[in-house]
Amino acid sequence: MSTAKTERLLNLVICLLSTRRPLSKSQIRQAVPQYASTGGSPSATEAFERMFERDKDELRELGIPIVTSTQDPLFGDEQGYRVDREAYALPEVHLEPDELAVVGLASRVWQQASLAGPAALALTKLKALGAPQDDGSLIGLEPRVLTSEPAFEALWAAVRDGVPVRFTYRTASTGAVGVRTVEPWAVTSWHGRWYLAANDRDRDAPRMFRLSRVEGEVRPAGRPGEYQVPEGAAAEVLAGRDAESSGGSARVRVREGAGQLLRRRAGAIDASGADDGWHELVVPYDDVEVLAEELVTHGPRVVVLDPPALRDAVVRRLQGVLEAAVA
Amino acid sequence: MSESATDRLSRLLALVPWLLAHQGVPLHAAAEEFGIDEEQLVKDLELLFVCGLPGHMPDDLIEADWEDGVVYLANADVISRPLRLGVDEALALIVGLRALADVPGLGDRDAVTRALAKLEAAAGDAAAGAESMRVDLPRDAGAAVVTACEDALRRGRRLHLGYLVPHRDETTERDVDPMRLLHLDGHWYLEGWCHRAEAVRMFRLDRVVDVRVLDVDGTPPATARSRDLDAGLFAAGPGDAVVTLRLSPRARWVVDYYPVEAVDTLPDGALLVRMRTGDTAWLLQLVLRLGGAATVLDPPALAQDVVASARAALTAYSSS
Repeated sequence: MSTAKTERLLNLVICLLSTRRPLSKSQIRQAVPQYASTGGSPSATEAFERMFERDKDELRELGIPIVTSTQDPLFGDEQGYRVDREAYALPEVHLEPDELAVVGLASRVWQQASLAGPAALALTKLKALGAPQDDGSLIGLEPRVLTSEPAFEALWAAVRDGVPVRFTYRTASTGAVGVRTVEPWAVTSWHGRWYLAANDRDRDAPRMFRLSRVEGEVRPAGRPGEYQVPEGAAAEVLAGRDAESSGGSARVRVREGAGQLLRRRAGAIDASGADDGWHELVVPYDDVEVLAEELVTHGPRVVVLDPPALRDAVVRRLQGVLEAAVA
Repeated sequence: MSESATDRLSRLLALVPWLLAHQGVPLHAAAEEFGIDEEQLVKDLELLFVCGLPGHMPDDLIEADWEDGVVYLANADVISRPLRLGVDEALALIVGLRALADVPGLGDRDAVTRALAKLEAAAGDAAAGAESMRVDLPRDAGAAVVTACEDALRRGRRLHLGYLVPHRDETTERDVDPMRLLHLDGHWYLEGWCHRAEAVRMFRLDRVVDVRVLDVDGTPPATARSRDLDAGLFAAGPGDAVVTLRLSPRARWVVDYYPVEAVDTLPDGALLVRMRTGDTAWLLQLVLRLGGAATVLDPPALAQDVVASARAALTAYSSS
């Protein structure tokens, strides 16, 4: 079944590419054996026309530029079809060996992700243009990105096609679950996690959503292209994902021999009080909560002196651990 | 066969130009290039063989010959050029290249810039989609470390690492034969044969405090196998300690990040999770970090360690 259809579609592509003049439906029917064999009765003609319409749509979805024209005096009102070869073909791209190597590396970014197929096919197309062999210099490099979040495919398709969507979302701070209706703008992978930048329709404001907090199915909530992405807005939301950060320098006391990673980042190490077994470090940070998460893992071997917000964030976590353990 | 007719068509339209540019290529090499088996490739060739120009006289059909295990293709001029890149195709390469361009020390920056310019020009309208996706690879590793690892991989040299083991909080010195440099879950890792452990090990690059490329052959032993990362980074081994955790909704992400053996949802929305680990020290750190969103139910000794550690830490703050 699939083979017969692939054959029909391939013959149709070849037929439409090989003609200089637009072909009428009946000419196409004669030219493509799989159409011609449908027979000549009126019901068969109807069946052919439905099949041709579907085939035409599927080819367009693949990106094959089928041009419709009514201008040709040959047909009167009847429409003609053809594919423009220049519009069809990938323009010549001459990649040097080192360029092909990095493009290959870029395609391997997706090796374990949902874009693996398109990435590999794109690379093959470039190689088909007679590009030289990959020089092999980047073997062993695997800058992969994973798309393990179940919502990835649906949300990326919504971004690409401009379709409003609705999904159930668990808010990070409260754990509350609610339904969100959004106009997707862009997706981004940051620190190994995927986020969606979108306009939240109910709040009428841009929001970032972490894909791993989307629960269940993503459903369409409108038609493709019914909203506009404001110019530069997606980039702004993406850039602002850490806008709430509260950077600065922290003063911490670290037990001798402990906190190796902290010591590496520290701008100044004051060992003057070292005989008491402690060192004082000044550690730069971007975000109080992120640094607190790291410091608390050291238990009693790291103590925050300053700023108070960091101190509170660490104390809050330690108390949380005790309360949860006793409960 | 689950492949759709249009997926197959899109492969065929790429296969024809590729075969025309690689006349005489062995079947297995062509199959590998397209990620299919030889049987499927032969089916594809058989299909091409019966397609061609309108008229479909023998002269009109595509000629395909694979009798001696090598493929020759002819009479396919009309589809001799690949179809333009689709939106997903252009985007995958362009977003990938932009991500590489941002990592100091990785690959040849100049080649990335040149390749990007050529691809953006060739992709035309399809490149516009690349504005709506962005991948940030972490930049925490330090260009010198990335460059040294890449250099050692390319030239097959051994590396000397000063490596920090966080849950022991100490720096260790090791010689490593590099196998792969990879990004996963937001961090860069070097996988290699560690001569100190006499086993394959994964080293997180932001914990490498010192690196030198040694003038020694760095070919890993033939028995060294890359870890299968499909299941995630922290593959569990048999005989490891079993730990049971209770995760409140705020800590659900733990399930996505670490391999867990069993998950139950409790009535209040919390998760009951069982996981294996070779070393409970990192679990102690994880539970502290989660600040009450996770509790250890078993083993009791680990639960006591968590409480003792939190209590001791709090005493330093109790005076004020």
